[in-house]
Amino acid sequence: MHITATVSSVVGLAAAGEGETMPLIPHWEELVFGLVMFAILFWVVAKKVAPNLEKAYEERHAAIEGGIAQAENAQAEAEAAKAQYEAQLAEARAEAAKIREDARAEGAAIVAEMRGQAQDESNRITDSAQKQIAAERQQASVSLRGEVGRLSTDLAGRIVGHELQDSSSRQGLIDSFLAELESGKVQPEKVGAAAASTTAAEQGQLDLGDAGRDA
Amino acid sequence: MTLSALAATLPASGGGESYQPPTPAIFWQPLFEVGPITVTNQMAWAAIITGVLSLVLIMLSKNASVVPSKGQWLLEGVYNFPRNSVARDMIGTKEFKKYVPLLVTLFLMVLFYNLAGSFFLTMNPVTGKVGFPIALTLVVYVVYHWVSIQKMGLGGYFKHMIPPGLPGWIVPFVFLLELITYFITRPLTLALRLFGNMFAGHMVIYLFVTGAFYFLLHGDGILLQALSVPTFIMAGVMVLFEILVQFLQAFVFTLLAASYIAAAVSDDH
Repeated sequence: MHITATVSSVVGLAAAGEGETMPLIPHWEELVFGLVMFAILFWVVAKKVAPNLEKAYEERHAAIEGGIAQAENAQAEAEAAKAQYEAQLAEARAEAAKIREDARAEGAAIVAEMRGQAQDESNRITDSAQKQIAAERQQASVSLRGEVGRLSTDLAGRIVGHELQDSSSRQGLIDSFLAELESGKVQPEKVGAAAASTTAAEQGQLDLGDAGRDA
Repeated sequence: MTLSALAATLPASGGGESYQPPTPAIFWQPLFEVGPITVTNQMAWAAIITGVLSLVLIMLSKNASVVPSKGQWLLEGVYNFPRNSVARDMIGTKEFKKYVPLLVTLFLMVLFYNLAGSFFLTMNPVTGKVGFPIALTLVVYVVYHWVSIQKMGLGGYFKHMIPPGLPGWIVPFVFLLELITYFITRPLTLALRLFGNMFAGHMVIYLFVTGAFYFLLHGDGILLQALSVPTFIMAGVMVLFEILVQFLQAFVFTLLAASYIAAAVSDDH
C-alpha cells in the first residue's frame, strides 16, 4: 500500500509536467506574471502613493516648522510685553516715591507755615497784651496822679491846719503845683532830705517825663 | 520520510484508505490554458491581490493632506515602515528617497502574497511558487547591479569587490568569492529564503489539516479519532506561526534588498 501510493504519486507528478514536479523549477508564466504584477504595483506606488505622501510629509514638516517659528514669535512678544510692563512698573514705583517725597516736603512746608502763623499770632497777642498793659498803666498813672494830688492836699491841709474849703481854689492850687512840678520849677529836695536831693530830682523828672509822654 | 512512513503505518491497522502525505504537487493548481500559457490559481490570486492593493493605495493616498484622515493615517503606517525602518535606516537619509517606491512595492507585494497563505479564501501563499520570488529577486538583482555600475563604472564595480590592502596571492580568491556572492549567492538566497519559508510553511499546515481530517474520518477507534483534536489545534497554531513568518519574510526580503542597494550606493566598501 505504502509503495503503491508512493509510486502512483511519483507517476502522477511525472505526468503533470516539469513545472509542477520540481518545486524549484519556476513555472515561467508565473515568473513573467510576477514581473508584470510588480510593474503595475510599482507604477501605482511610484506615481500615486509616494508623491502624494511625500508631499504631505513635506507640508507637515513645513507646518511644524512654521508652528515653531510662530511659537518663538509669540514668546518674543510676550517677553517684550513683560519688559514693557516691568519698565512701567519701575516708572510707577519711581513716581509713587516722588509723590511720597513731595507730600513729605509739602507737609513739612505746611508745618513750617503753621508754626510761623502761630508765632505771629503769639507775637500779636503778646504785643496787644503789652499795649493793654501799658494803657492800663497809663490809666492807673493818671488816676493815681489825681489821687496823689487829693491825698497830698488833705495831708497838707491837716498839716498846715488850713482847710481848703473852697474846692475850686484847691483844685487850682493842685494843678498849678503839678504844672510847676512838671516844668521842673519845684525842687522836691526843698521839702525832703538834702542827701538824696539829686537822685530824687532825677527820679521825679523821669517819672514825670513818663507821665507826660503817656498823657 | 518519517512522516510519510508514520502516516503509511497508521491506517494499516484500520484497513481503510491509506493516508497520502502532501507532496509538492499540491502547489500545482492550473486553472485554464490559453495556448501555450497555463494560468494557475496563484497567478489569479496575484492579479486579484495586486488589483485590490493598487485600488486601495490609490484611494487612500488620493487626498493626502497635512492632517491625515483615518485612511491616510493607516496608509502612512504601512508606508512608513519600509520607508523609515528599512530604506532610511539602511540607505541613509541622503539618498533613500529615490529607492522608497521600489522598497515599498517590494514590501507590500511580498507581504500580501505571503499573507494569501493565511487568508481563509486562498490558504495558499502566492510566493510558495518559486516563480514569484524569482521575479522579485530579478528586479532587486538588476537594480543593485545597475546602481553600482552607474556609480563606479563596470571596471570600478569589479575593482570595488576587492578590499584594499590584501596580499597579492589572496586577491584572486577573494575576487572569486565576492563575484560569487554578488552574482550568485545573493540572488539565490534572496529568492530561495522567501520561497522556502512559504513553501514549507504551507506544507506543514497542509499536513496537519489533512492529517487531522484523516484521523477524524478514517481513524480506527475513538482514540485515533480523538487524536484529530490536538492535530487541528496544532494546525491552528501553525497558521498563527505562519502569519508571523509571512510578516517576517516580507521584512527580511525588503531589508536585504535595501542592504544590497545601500552597499551599491555607499562609497566605501
